[in-house]
Amino acid sequence: MWDYTPTVKEHFLNPRNVGDIPDADAVGEVGSLACGDALKLYLKLDDNKDKIVDAKFQTFGCASAIASSSALTEMVKGKTLDEALAISNQDIAEFLGGLPEEKMHCSVMGQEALEVAIAKYRGHEVAPHDHDHDHGPAYPDQEGTIVCKCFGITDVFLKKVIETNKLTTAEQVTHFTKAGGGCGGCIPRIKELIAEVMGKQESGEPRKRPEKLSNLKKMQMIQEVLERDIRPLLWADGGDLELIDIDGPKVQVAFRKACAGCASSGYTSRVVEQKLRDLVAEDIVVEEVAA
Amino acid sequence: MKEIYLDNNATTKVDEAVFEEMRPYFCELYGNPSSMHFFGGQVQQKVDEARKRVAALLGASPDEIIFTACGTESDNAAIRSALEVFPEKRHVITSRVEHPAVLTQCRNLTQKGYRVTEIGVDSEGQLDMAELKAAVDADTAIVSLMYANNETGVIFPIEEAAAIAKAKGALFHTDAVQAVGKVPINLAASKIDMLSLSGHKLHAPKGIGVLYLRRGTPFRPFMVGGHQEKSRRAGTENAAAIIALGKACELAGENMAIENTQVKALRDRLQSELMARIPHARINGGAAERLPNTLNIAFEFVEGEAILLLLNELGICASSGSACTSGSLEPSHVLRAMGVPFTCAHGSIRFSLSRYTTEAEIDTVIRELPPVIANLRKMSPFGREFLKEQ
Repeated sequence: MWDYTPTVKEHFLNPRNVGDIPDADAVGEVGSLACGDALKLYLKLDDNKDKIVDAKFQTFGCASAIASSSALTEMVKGKTLDEALAISNQDIAEFLGGLPEEKMHCSVMGQEALEVAIAKYRGHEVAPHDHDHDHGPAYPDQEGTIVCKCFGITDVFLKKVIETNKLTTAEQVTHFTKAGGGCGGCIPRIKELIAEVMGKQESGEPRKRPEKLSNLKKMQMIQEVLERDIRPLLWADGGDLELIDIDGPKVQVAFRKACAGCASSGYTSRVVEQKLRDLVAEDIVVEEVAA
Repeated sequence: MKEIYLDNNATTKVDEAVFEEMRPYFCELYGNPSSMHFFGGQVQQKVDEARKRVAALLGASPDEIIFTACGTESDNAAIRSALEVFPEKRHVITSRVEHPAVLTQCRNLTQKGYRVTEIGVDSEGQLDMAELKAAVDADTAIVSLMYANNETGVIFPIEEAAAIAKAKGALFHTDAVQAVGKVPINLAASKIDMLSLSGHKLHAPKGIGVLYLRRGTPFRPFMVGGHQEKSRRAGTENAAAIIALGKACELAGENMAIENTQVKALRDRLQSELMARIPHARINGGAAERLPNTLNIAFEFVEGEAILLLLNELGICASSGSACTSGSLEPSHVLRAMGVPFTCAHGSIRFSLSRYTTEAEIDTVIRELPPVIANLRKMSPFGREFLKEQ
């Protein structure tokens, strides 16, 4: 049984604002029957066409999808369109007192429906939604190339969710967007996207090697750099590494998957070493161990 | 709130008589059945009696019964043994709708270089016998097919499948965890080499299973150590649970008729009443031969987890093949293998009854479920559109 918070349960058992608004100013629709969840969001604006005075929803989905939709409609009422657009999927999850990570895609669906509704209202062209397809695009307005064919999810959308939620693993991306949760064929591509997003964050603020480090801090930094900077790069090539031990300046790693037994793993070790020297301490020596 | 328990394919209540039978073997008669003294010896006698009772239910001899810790262990032991017995054979056959206890093991074998064929099923969940016949060859070490499906209750033509496997020199194993106690099984007149069963599916406690091993079938033990179970399964016997299972098997034999009259009648009533009261519903596996206690029913335009949680609020315990209950994102592999449209698969609910299920409980479900579905459909963007069309 899922560990839902009392707020999730409350909004599931007594959902607010179920229904439609026949003369809605904005309607946003995402998801499909085939995908297992879908949300249609209706917004009614005030006379100045700026503030949301009413919101209603129809949802097909599990308890957390219904609760997320209910929460969203409560959150947007009284907000201007710009204020509403600032609501993130984390805000929806927080409003509910948190969601199990496997269910975060429900909050993403709510945020996305809101974005689609407002984009459509403001005159951006949004492709009509088709209910009858089997696994067509879940978020039809999203530009970019489809990455996950099972759930119809594009690279542009995935990068946005990876960035806003600071996701670091393909499993997390699946929990938040469903991408990769079907046949799993796109998981390598998802890892590449994670690496791309991480690389971009890097370039914004060049990091410098600290002047002096305690041993503990140094060990923490080595682990951090391996997790954030190095492993995603290896994933992109189907490889991986595992930190085995840190002994003074000596960092022992074992290569995994495609990197294990790869002829250029010696070269890869030097790249890892250089990165650690650049970002942590210049005396670091990386050793490859078979473990 | 008194629960209405309709999830007996997940686990069952321990029968009071079964519990009474095992009770003395914890604090009073706690001897080790392998000990030389009278104190252990009297436990050994009860374990032997239990072995006879299990064998009687299956139409087997007592020496063909190996006690294990669970159905999963029995499944693992059977398949591993076959691969060790035939090291030169590199092919394994199973089905696409097996329980994970078999399917996960088989899929892991592909990473060890084995060729694994997963036989498909038709839209009613029935095994594709032509595909099976074509798949078995001289390289096949073992064919492992479930007796009855845990999600839909569909019963496979297991004797026919065993004959196909034996004709090509492969061993035949069946995961009969859902079938034992619900349908008569007579292994004396059978080609099955190995069969797994699990105590907690037939009113014995959790943590006890059986691997039936036909006399003369080559076997390599999975658990090694002591000489228990004639060195075929090492480890001190779970004496109390074994004794409980023996009693549960005796009761299952006595109550077999009830399963196919009383339980089946209640299941059929639940099925026909729900179908009559709820539009856009379908039975998964409804046209195939099924276990008498299982009903897998799909409701279009609504999602299974939401149905389950609303039923839960009413004290009704069922389960779902929906993606959202498991945390995976696709509906159950069984429903997908049957080609059940995604639109139905997401809203599939399994009710599984037992001999303890009462008419009043079924009446409650028949009364409470239609408004649950109607309310969720009212909330669903698709439900509203489709229902308007009518």
